[in-house]
Amino acid sequence: MATQADATADREEALRFYETEDHPHAPATLIGFWLYLMSDCLIFAVLFATHAVVGRNYAAGPSPADLFDLKLVALNTAMLLFSSITYGFAMLEMAKERRGATLLWLAVTGLFGIAFVALELYEFSHLIHEGATPQRSAFLSSFFVLVGTHGLHVSVGIVWLAVLMVQVAQRGLQEDNKRRLMCLSMFWHFLDVIWIGVFSFVYLMGTLR
Amino acid sequence: MFSNPDLQKLVFGRLTWDAIPLHDPILIVTFIGVVLGGTALLGAITYFRFWGVLWREWFTSVDHKKIGIMYIILALVMLLRGFSDALLMRSQQAIAFGANEGYLPPHHYDQIFTAHGVIMIFFVAMPLVTGLMNYVVPLQIGARDVAFPFLNNFSFWMTVSGAATVMVSLFVGEFARTGWLAMPPLSGAEYSPGVGVDYYIWALQIAGIGTLLSGINLIATIIKMRAPGMTMMKMPIFVWSALCTNVLIVAAFPILTAVLALLSMDRYVGTHFFTNDLGGNPMMYVNLIWIWGHPEVYILILPAFGVFSEIVSTYSSKRLFGYASMVYALVVITILAYLVWLHHFFTMGSGASVNSFFGITTMIISIPTGAKIFNWLFTMYRGRIRFEVPMLWTLGFMVTFVIGGMTGVLLAVPPADFVLHNSLFLVAHFHNVIIGGVLFGMFAGITYWYPKAFGYKLDPFWGKVSFWFWLSGFYVAFMPLYLLGLMGVTRRLNRIEDPSLQVWFVIAGLGAVLILFGILSFMMTLFVSYRRREELRDVSGDPWHGRTLEWSTSSPPPDYNFAFTPVIHDYDAWWDMKRRGYERPREGYRSIHMPKNTGTGVILGALSTVFSFAVIWYMWPLAALAITGIVVVAIVHTFNYNRDTTIPAETVVSVEAQHTRMLAAAQA
Repeated sequence: MATQADATADREEALRFYETEDHPHAPATLIGFWLYLMSDCLIFAVLFATHAVVGRNYAAGPSPADLFDLKLVALNTAMLLFSSITYGFAMLEMAKERRGATLLWLAVTGLFGIAFVALELYEFSHLIHEGATPQRSAFLSSFFVLVGTHGLHVSVGIVWLAVLMVQVAQRGLQEDNKRRLMCLSMFWHFLDVIWIGVFSFVYLMGTLR
Repeated sequence: MFSNPDLQKLVFGRLTWDAIPLHDPILIVTFIGVVLGGTALLGAITYFRFWGVLWREWFTSVDHKKIGIMYIILALVMLLRGFSDALLMRSQQAIAFGANEGYLPPHHYDQIFTAHGVIMIFFVAMPLVTGLMNYVVPLQIGARDVAFPFLNNFSFWMTVSGAATVMVSLFVGEFARTGWLAMPPLSGAEYSPGVGVDYYIWALQIAGIGTLLSGINLIATIIKMRAPGMTMMKMPIFVWSALCTNVLIVAAFPILTAVLALLSMDRYVGTHFFTNDLGGNPMMYVNLIWIWGHPEVYILILPAFGVFSEIVSTYSSKRLFGYASMVYALVVITILAYLVWLHHFFTMGSGASVNSFFGITTMIISIPTGAKIFNWLFTMYRGRIRFEVPMLWTLGFMVTFVIGGMTGVLLAVPPADFVLHNSLFLVAHFHNVIIGGVLFGMFAGITYWYPKAFGYKLDPFWGKVSFWFWLSGFYVAFMPLYLLGLMGVTRRLNRIEDPSLQVWFVIAGLGAVLILFGILSFMMTLFVSYRRREELRDVSGDPWHGRTLEWSTSSPPPDYNFAFTPVIHDYDAWWDMKRRGYERPREGYRSIHMPKNTGTGVILGALSTVFSFAVIWYMWPLAALAITGIVVVAIVHTFNYNRDTTIPAETVVSVEAQHTRMLAAAQA
């Protein structure tokens, strides 16, 4: 008899053509933002590919070994990696619903980010001062544009971080703000990953060859 | 304007009165026409007091249906511009032989063929495809809107901003003279120092942002917002085609953005990515632009395939033959789209091995495409076929597209390509697949879903007239180009020496006139159908005995699409519901949460237009002002947390009661 009851239940199930209750959809923001990050990743892929093709076209100008100060780059890398850790701390505090601590770690993250951009700007101005400008050779064009695009992303991230800090301070850790912090978190770590590529392929391998 | 030349240069950059083409009678007449037409339109809107309605109900709307309709209106307006360019070219080529120079000097002719290509691809075909997907996809998956409604509105206005930038180039300065892909070193600062290429770059960059964001939006919508029960393999085939297309968009448009950014670095900053000197590599540009460009043609054709699949199945009153194989064919085409780009430049010295690889991958694409053609044929086989206008477009497509596909396979053979590269044979081939595929598909789709969008069918007589003019016009215009291409005539020539070839160009010109009649009859269709809308009214919401969910709601659908979220049990959900005796719910309505309209998208679009104009003319202070404005408006927008509104249950009750009365009247 049980099977017959099941069959009836199945038929009733099959005849239901609409939901009487309202079922809100699972929010799509995180997957949407992730798709955006993947598209951004392709922009970097193009820049890396271009660097792979023209990165040794020095046009009788300076080469990476002449230009790069690996100690400075190591310091710079440390700043960005630290900022990723501190962003992680901010997210942990967010999970514990502690607004003050979240804001504090976000501020620390922002400071590391500013230090990173400042060091990069110092490096760029130093190179330009030495005559290694983006106009000098295809290698330098692609170096400045690849590293500069990453730096521009970090700068946008810092502005976004500042705006979010204001919003968290104003409205607390409510749903919308938590979602936004998650998005920025993905953005920030994504830039970290890209930087590891920049550090390895542009600076280290550039200096080696 | 200013007595101090330095100040003038600071404010106006390189913009001077010389940029206004007063010496060119064609442009002056066009300009006067545009001004008169524009004034009449704006005057009419003011006279009938439409501004408030336009702003509140349309421009600021986040409703996917209205945004979809606005995309299609944009595309049809731009089609007129792009087609005017085509008529200019065809008439020039029909007369400019031997000593006759024609009426278009090379510098003008070169702008026309560039603008024609750019406008037809980016501002006609793309908005048609995006508009149709926007309108149809949420309805077909039983959703109330897309995943990110505001982003949708913003994407649309970015596309409009790009289109506006191209239009401005007609009257202020010039457009690129480089061909639609602006290959360096010709498009570099050294050989194209004017504003033409800059107009090209900024129009595409801004429209490209819109396209990319709408791609992300639709993927998220399809993945996250399907009605309960609609598994991936129960999605309507048009939704599958939309998913594949948007995956292609998200995976291809960033490459365009990046490569155009590198070209603008070369032009604005003086870097050496694509220059001839100091280590630049122009072939890098050619590779990158086609890594975007080849997927782009599939971005355009896949939704058309989706439209034809829906139409063939509906008008044959049969399930689509080989649903699963259709899905796999779409997915395979999506993947192969990235493995064929080099066939666009076999002649550029990659060598026999590389050419063979790309020749073979290109030929392989004809297999899934051929499978689709057979599936459509088998769907029609033993079906009760109704030869409505959308079905005529579909049949016209199937014959025409097969010819285009075969010439495509011919071009995929590298040795043949060495003969036909850059010839009119190629021009005939891609018009064959884009007109016979994309455009026929979009006209089929517009005719098919028009009653859903506006509540009345399109007049079939004028629809058929339009179809036959387009079909015959296409063959008369482009078959001669195949012949000319085989005879060795290259593309982009504004004058040809050999007078024996003239007759073919005259025939092609006549074909363009036939297509003109096709476009005019399409406009006539819209006009006549509006006049006869009471006779053509669709009260049932299901005028074609449709199979998918969009036909289960009223025509036009209410703002919220579905009063209750549908539950899906089978592929062809609406057909299944009708077959199993579905009863429309009459009570138990609840209030519905919907996103609120916002003007931010319009404002950001307008500021982007100002920004691109300023950057094109080197008006740096204005550019700085515009970009600051964009950032501030965007940030201020994020401070608005109150973005939803509720449609009260009473409103839902009265809207649904209205639909019930219409259904009852239809049955009586």
